[in-house]
Amino acid sequence: MIEAQDLHKKYGRIVALRGVSFRAADGRITGLLGPNGAGKSTTLRILYATLAADSGTACVDGDAMSAANPAVRRRIGVLPHNAGLYPALTAHENIEYFGRLAGMPARAARARTDELVGLLDLQDIATRRAKGFSQGQKIRTALARALVHAPRNLILDEPTNGLDVPAVRKLRTLLQRLRDLGHCIVFSSHVMQEVAMLCDEAVVIAAGAVVACGTPEALRERAGASSFEDAFVTLTGAETETP
Amino acid sequence: MRALLTVFSKEFRENLRDRRTVMTALLLGPLFGPVFFSVMLQLSLDRTRVGADETIVLQTIGAEAAPNLVRYLESRRVKVEPMSGDAAAARALIATHRARLVLEVSADYAGRLADARPAALRLYADSSRTGDERYAARLQAILERYSQQLATQRLTLRGVDPQLLSPVVVQRVDVSTPAARSLLVLGMMSFFIVLSMLTGGMYLAIDTTVGERERGTLEPLLATPVPRGQLVLGKLLATCAYMLLSLSISTTALCVALGRLDLEQYGMSANLGTGTALSIIAVTAPLIPLLAAVMTLVAAWTRSAREAQAWLGILQLLPTVPLVFASLLNLVPKLTLMLVPSLSQHFLITQILRAEPVNPLWLATSSLSALLIGVLLLLPVMRLYGSERVLG
Repeated sequence: MIEAQDLHKKYGRIVALRGVSFRAADGRITGLLGPNGAGKSTTLRILYATLAADSGTACVDGDAMSAANPAVRRRIGVLPHNAGLYPALTAHENIEYFGRLAGMPARAARARTDELVGLLDLQDIATRRAKGFSQGQKIRTALARALVHAPRNLILDEPTNGLDVPAVRKLRTLLQRLRDLGHCIVFSSHVMQEVAMLCDEAVVIAAGAVVACGTPEALRERAGASSFEDAFVTLTGAETETP
Repeated sequence: MRALLTVFSKEFRENLRDRRTVMTALLLGPLFGPVFFSVMLQLSLDRTRVGADETIVLQTIGAEAAPNLVRYLESRRVKVEPMSGDAAAARALIATHRARLVLEVSADYAGRLADARPAALRLYADSSRTGDERYAARLQAILERYSQQLATQRLTLRGVDPQLLSPVVVQRVDVSTPAARSLLVLGMMSFFIVLSMLTGGMYLAIDTTVGERERGTLEPLLATPVPRGQLVLGKLLATCAYMLLSLSISTTALCVALGRLDLEQYGMSANLGTGTALSIIAVTAPLIPLLAAVMTLVAAWTRSAREAQAWLGILQLLPTVPLVFASLLNLVPKLTLMLVPSLSQHFLITQILRAEPVNPLWLATSSLSALLIGVLLLLPVMRLYGSERVLG
């Protein structure tokens, strides 16, 4: 379970978050939806503690998340925005390295990596160096990297960025499988179709604050819109004047 | 602690796979100095050897009128080659590099000599050619001795004591030792050693900091449970390891390359064996953490790998600053100067090359001072990695 409690964050004089709160339950996929610059990445960065909030708390399974608490950090797997791989290392080595960093013994890290290679269909690239991977191969490897220490919670920042349709579908199946295993998954996106299709729960963020949350259907009904896209526009106030 | 070693071994291994980096850091960088240095030294040694034992070739105009002079010159290892022509021909010959020196004997030489009046000789040379100047000076000295010999003979013939011509005798006693004369040469050697050490760590310092940020791997790395201090130390350790490798390679190469030259006249110990190499590595190694921390700090602070490269290029001059001051101020090694990093290593390397015993107190002071400053410099690196700025 991942919880954001009244997160505030400023970069210099620019206010990025003005009180973001939501709860992502276990066994659910929670989508963070919002236009560019709404504060999605900042929220997620605070949740996985590469940024510290000015005020408010991020909790994982009920414990406060902080850079100084490795035990809590180990409970989450992270796929940051535009995450890269080490080009001189193979996919297998990239994944295994993070297993070691999460504190796994060498043998366990290797075994788990082998397992993930099977789970994420990485057999063809496992022993290839990451230099020259396609976007889909990169994301799948980075996802395996996030999963290597078998975290209960998963945070994915725009995981579908740059993926083609088959790759998105593959990812969707995979995330649904992980959800059914009881994982708590939070991901962000600015593409509503994705959020609508993938998530059980949507949190709509605009201008650094949560404007709505609920199931995609509930949000659509609440906004009185015929499609989720219209609901999104109404909720975020992205288009104020009517044509 | 285990995470630190994980980070270290990954950075070390990854860097080893980059063939271009390995070439520069471990091959070109460390070997450039020794090769450049031994070629320079060889040339300089060759030029000094053009001393007393080499025969000077001298073109002469009108020397038929001065057979005694010719005989005298030939007895002083001067090969006389008569030529025909005039002053213009002499100039042309030198300008076109076909002759180094031309001696013109004036037409009235024999007559004036017989009358005991000054007889003119004209020596053509090009003083802008460093090598030729040496020949001209030696020939002039020979000619002056000849002139003096004639004067002595004349005075003796006239019953005058030739000693009257030398009321004062000046004797110059050169107290400089070969070692002192070699200061510049030795300064260059320690400079090369430190420079190749910096080159060895430069790529890793960039790659593990700003490079990691540019590739997008820094954020997942910072999201791991590993304390940032261990990440930083692991990276620094990998940089240090490459610097140590580079230092070892360059020192070994330097000792091998210089061992083949005759260096006695530079005041260097002729024994540039394993012991010397190991001693140089041992006195220089304490400088590694300091330089690694500075490079990492600068690289982590920049916004792109390109910018980092530019800054680190400038930074390579940093270790030479104390050396420049030392030579400007004519500093001699003493205990307090052992506190100055780079300078103290320079002094100690110099002593080792001269086969002088190294004062253990000096060595301890130099090493501890460098290590301590290195540890202090870790603090800002750690702080930078602890802050949000590191994500860019």
